[in-house]
Amino acid sequence: MWKWLHPYAKGEATYRLLGLWQPWLSGLALIFVTVGLVWGLFYAPPDYQQGDSYRIIFIHVPSAMFSMGAYTGMAIAALIALVWQIRTAEWAIAAIAPVGATLTFVALFTGAVWGKPMWGTWWEWDARLTSQLILLFLYIGVLALYYAFNDARTGAKAAAILALVGVINVPIIHFSVYWWNSLHQGATITKFEKPSMPPEMLIPLLISIAGFLFLTAALITQRLRNEILKQELHRPWAMEKLGVEANDGV
Amino acid sequence: MSVVIEAKQLTSVRAGRTLFSALSLQLGAGEILHVEGPNGAGKSTLLRIIAGLLQPLEGEVWLFGQPQQHDPELWQRQTLFIGHKPAVKAELTALENLHFQTQLDGANNVDAWQLLETVGLLGLEDIPAQQLSAGQQRRIALARLWYSQAKLWILDEPFTALDTYGIELLHQRFQQHLENGGSLLLTSHQPLTWSGERLQKIRIEHNDEELVYE
Amino acid sequence: MNKASSWQLLSAVMRRDLAVALRRRSDVINPLLFVVIVVTLFPLAVGPGPDVLGRIATGVIWVAALLSSLLGSERLFRDDFLDGNLEQLVLSPAPLPFLALGKIVVHWLLSGLPLVILAPVCALLLKLPFEAWGTLMLTLLVGTPMLSAMTAVGAALTVSLGRGGALLSLLLLPLFIPLLIFAAAAVESTLVGTSAYGQVLLLAGLMLLTLTLAPLAVAAAIRVSVN
Repeated sequence: MWKWLHPYAKGEATYRLLGLWQPWLSGLALIFVTVGLVWGLFYAPPDYQQGDSYRIIFIHVPSAMFSMGAYTGMAIAALIALVWQIRTAEWAIAAIAPVGATLTFVALFTGAVWGKPMWGTWWEWDARLTSQLILLFLYIGVLALYYAFNDARTGAKAAAILALVGVINVPIIHFSVYWWNSLHQGATITKFEKPSMPPEMLIPLLISIAGFLFLTAALITQRLRNEILKQELHRPWAMEKLGVEANDGV
Repeated sequence: MSVVIEAKQLTSVRAGRTLFSALSLQLGAGEILHVEGPNGAGKSTLLRIIAGLLQPLEGEVWLFGQPQQHDPELWQRQTLFIGHKPAVKAELTALENLHFQTQLDGANNVDAWQLLETVGLLGLEDIPAQQLSAGQQRRIALARLWYSQAKLWILDEPFTALDTYGIELLHQRFQQHLENGGSLLLTSHQPLTWSGERLQKIRIEHNDEELVYE
Repeated sequence: MNKASSWQLLSAVMRRDLAVALRRRSDVINPLLFVVIVVTLFPLAVGPGPDVLGRIATGVIWVAALLSSLLGSERLFRDDFLDGNLEQLVLSPAPLPFLALGKIVVHWLLSGLPLVILAPVCALLLKLPFEAWGTLMLTLLVGTPMLSAMTAVGAALTVSLGRGGALLSLLLLPLFIPLLIFAAAAVESTLVGTSAYGQVLLLAGLMLLTLTLAPLAVAAAIRVSVN
């Protein structure tokens, strides 16, 4: 029996560790997101040019930031998974990708909604929106590849390679799209680059950004815990967690 | 007797199913190890792990007293793996297949015609491999054994599709290989004709989720 | 492994791939015919006026090239995977990324290079002004090796799936975007009378980067796929 313990400790230890963080991250996410959004949406002053429609930045900016951040995080997990063959890192890819894809979608959606009052159209080939759209495709590719294989391990490794190829390409795609946009754009409206934001807008934005950071971390942590449990289901500790009668050794 | 290959506490899980766990084996120079078991038991997986194509979930494989990762090149030079798939190009003729195979194995001094004669394919040299029978294709694949310098041969079902003469030929070649101090790891559903202290057997079997090693 | 014998293995892999491809000419020719047919469809769809066609010509030719490279991607590793040669490549003493580069080069010789040669025909059909033909061919010459290398990464990742076609396009097309943007911009700047030097140089830089890194990704993907 003892020889089972050593290799199993890793998944179980990670599960426990994440379990310690989970309530803190969730609590902080709840507090910061609530404060940031309530402040931003109801109490911050309206913009002198855009009126109330600018308020979407309290969702758009943080989700756009962490959609990119999550991709980088996923690529780091992929590198660890490939170089050190650590299975928890493989599962982290599956844990991060849907969260990142959702953030990207939220950023894309809020960006498009913002476009309506700003440009009078739901979709504008703006550099930021376009690269968010491509980022969404990259996420979907990683997810599709991850789940395309019968053997979970093979799928995880293939997705890890793709995530690394993707992360090398992201800056190139980003650059090319911005460059392309500068070629084709007529009258430029840079809605995002405000010269200086007054503190009564900036502070709730920063709080909201912090809130989204905690939210992203909490979601990834919970998803990773679920993934560990799912993958280790054949091991005794995972069965105990789920209250399944553990058959010895199987 | 010097140990050629040693597998230590191998565990393999494929698609959520444990094929074998804590499996250990040892094979010395001049020895043959016959891996037995029903279909799907994990024989091929074991062979592929030892060949270095697959990573086991746990455990490691040592060659000449060194772990696999230590010197991959030594590994690749000293082992020869022929799997289920014959690695024969269907579009190319028997002769072309042998010609390219010798080059891929770095055996420049080997005459492809000579090899063709050895495995009994003379006269069929300019027919594309896809028009040859399964047994003839396997002969093309197995022709590598006649020039291989590798100490360890890992053969997955080498006798499949061969006729009696082909099987006899292969047995003779195995005998030479073992007498030269080579080792042989193989799976086969066919009983091996020779016996003796050189032949070891290992059996992988699923028996109520318990694994049996003999 | 000394260098000489690695080169020898590379040469054997490449010559065998070429020999196989010459026995299966339709696999080589069909993706090229696909490009010509797609190019033919556009004038029928948007009308044959040179003002419209000339403007979209580069984009159409490049998009057709991207799609045809997906069509021809199976040839890269599928047969090798099915007949067991891919696992023998993994077990070969030569470095796998090196052999992967060889396969990429052969694939380019049979898919990218013919496309460069075919480009004037497409340019003629789409009424691309003559002064831009040179730039178009140059972008294809510099861009198609990148296309072959990236396609090889995708093909190696999906080779064991058997039904990888649609998935492959999902994985690869977003990665082709910079190539499309810079290639189209190069031709565009020739058309408006400025130099395309910068864009072509940029493409060349991307090509070198891709040809350096892609073989590593292909090798890693092959190791995963032979599992």
